Amino acid sequence: MTQIQTAARAFWKGYLDCAPFILIVVPYSMLFGVVARDAGLDLLQTMTMTVVVIAGASQFTAVALLQDQAPVFIALLAALVVNLRMAMYSAALVPYVGHARFSTRALMAYLMVDQAFAVAVRTYEDHPNMPPAHRVAYYFGCMALICPFWYGCTFLGAVIGEAIPASLSLDFAVPVCFIALTAPLLRSAPHIFAAFVAASMALLFAWLPWSLGLIVAALSGLVAGAQAELLLRRRKARGAA
Amino acid sequence: MIDAGDFWLLTALLGIGTFLIRFSFLGIFGGRSLPDWAQLHLKYVGVSVFPALVAPLVMWPEATGGAIDPVRIIAALAAFLIGLRFGVIWSIFAGMGTLYALQFLLPGP
Repeated sequence: MTQIQTAARAFWKGYLDCAPFILIVVPYSMLFGVVARDAGLDLLQTMTMTVVVIAGASQFTAVALLQDQAPVFIALLAALVVNLRMAMYSAALVPYVGHARFSTRALMAYLMVDQAFAVAVRTYEDHPNMPPAHRVAYYFGCMALICPFWYGCTFLGAVIGEAIPASLSLDFAVPVCFIALTAPLLRSAPHIFAAFVAASMALLFAWLPWSLGLIVAALSGLVAGAQAELLLRRRKARGAA
Repeated sequence: MIDAGDFWLLTALLGIGTFLIRFSFLGIFGGRSLPDWAQLHLKYVGVSVFPALVAPLVMWPEATGGAIDPVRIIAALAAFLIGLRFGVIWSIFAGMGTLYALQFLLPGP
């Protein structure tokens, strides 16, 4: 394995390593633009949200709930819960780039997105001797590719979205998008159990006011998944003993 | 219709909150690690929040005034099954494709 030699090379390597994700980012961000306009947001609102938040799943969540007349604090709570996974990313990055200046780390935090995070951490693990400055450059290379596409294609979607007739049932793009995001996550029995419990509870508690059913269902899913995992662990430990 | 005041308040708070989550360990808590119970539950955030959001949207869609629409349920299943096997983008194509195909074949009232 060749050592990445200069910070500039590291930057461009990050840029290229993330290139395949353009295939996901382009349609996904365009879809957000289309859905946001469809929900009644104007171009400025759509773009502000995309630039301020840069976290697709939580943006879809927030817009879907606002459109559903949920109160702001419920929409906010649900969207933040969706983003909680990034606390894990933040913790995972500390050993690799925790040395960087405060302002650099703040910029890294703002730009943190799922795919680029996954690529960066895999590279850091594969190249334990990578100099710290190169790790930072690599990280920015990853994000430098993804972010412009994220902004640009949201804009494109928001502009094109105007022209899309209601007969295309774009309302359905939102649940389909969430299904698409969920299916690959169902990697183990506890994950499947969590999803099943969350979906069932959401249907059972759909009558609760202010979309509280979503919160109840999501928390039930979290606990169900965690408990299922603990149960399996205990059973395994007993089997081994 | 989304109220403009609600929208701006939500966007501002979501922007700040999301940044604080991203900056948490990198900037605020330094090198401290998440407690075990938190890591255990965080693993299940995605598989809990997304199905909880989706289930009512598929079962009682806004576009049909909340009436159950078999076409949407089938399309959702198609997206799910393809997503299990082939990943995000194909799942979206399968879901919307199935919806359009069925709406074309079975024109509604």
